[in-house]
Amino acid sequence: MNSLSEIPLAHILFVSTALFFIGMYGLFTRKNLVTLLMAIELMLNSVNINFVAFNKYLYPGKLDGIFFSLFIITIAAAEAAVAIAIIINLYRSHQSIDVDDATEMKY
Amino acid sequence: MNAHAIIFYLISAFLLGTGILSVTTKKIFRSAIWLLFSLVGIASLYFWMEVEFVAAVQIIVYVGGIVILIIFSIFLTQQSGKEMPGPGLLRTVFSLLAVLFGAGFCCMLINEYGFTQLPGTQFSVAVADIGTQMLSTADHGFVLPFEVVSMLLLGAMIGCIVIAMKSKEAKNKGVLENEQEAVGTVISSQQNNRL
Repeated sequence: MNSLSEIPLAHILFVSTALFFIGMYGLFTRKNLVTLLMAIELMLNSVNINFVAFNKYLYPGKLDGIFFSLFIITIAAAEAAVAIAIIINLYRSHQSIDVDDATEMKY
Repeated sequence: MNAHAIIFYLISAFLLGTGILSVTTKKIFRSAIWLLFSLVGIASLYFWMEVEFVAAVQIIVYVGGIVILIIFSIFLTQQSGKEMPGPGLLRTVFSLLAVLFGAGFCCMLINEYGFTQLPGTQFSVAVADIGTQMLSTADHGFVLPFEVVSMLLLGAMIGCIVIAMKSKEAKNKGVLENEQEAVGTVISSQQNNRL
């Protein structure tokens, strides 16, 4: 376990912060709903990296961070499935999945 | 700086680079493929952190499930070769400013916090330990969230089917519209013939 001395925890946190803000940039600039979903997946993944890194570096005797990241992965899968069902339904009624075209929130 | 550290920086550069490409590329299908590479990079970061189980789950669920689902929905909803319109200069500049400011602020906070690492204790994640604690009903057991999340998955599955299912009136309406369109084209073609 010489990695603890080699790479400080802060460097892993820098990587996950950068990934989170990359996802946020995608969320700000994209207009297509599928690409928005991809940006959200990037942000969720960066949070997972944080949980695993905190567990490994700060609480090596426990497993709580691992469990949190596993549950986040599960909920992200459910969220992606529901989001894609909504996107396909929106495409069916509007013939477009641009955010600008979906202005009314009713069926 | 030994090989372990170099591998970490290589993996980080890979996943950040592919992540940037994924949110900036113009073609939507390429964006999905870059996202796939970025997720593989994150899985290799988990391998580097010696949490093999989370890495395997990451590959199975994200790379094997969610990205495939996203690619399917891209194929269902649009022409994948078409280029998407860009966000516009003003929006790009301001979101870049917001993102850079946020990232700089967070990095400054992380840099100044000073995490104290516990020396000595070994970090080892055996799959047997994960399974035992996941299903234990004692303290620090995760059996309640486990059950709740299974109900959530069931609810999400049923919800997806209900949302994506074509309702009866929509089906009838679609048939009616098609018939009207067909009638309209027939009439217009007849008119063209007459003219």
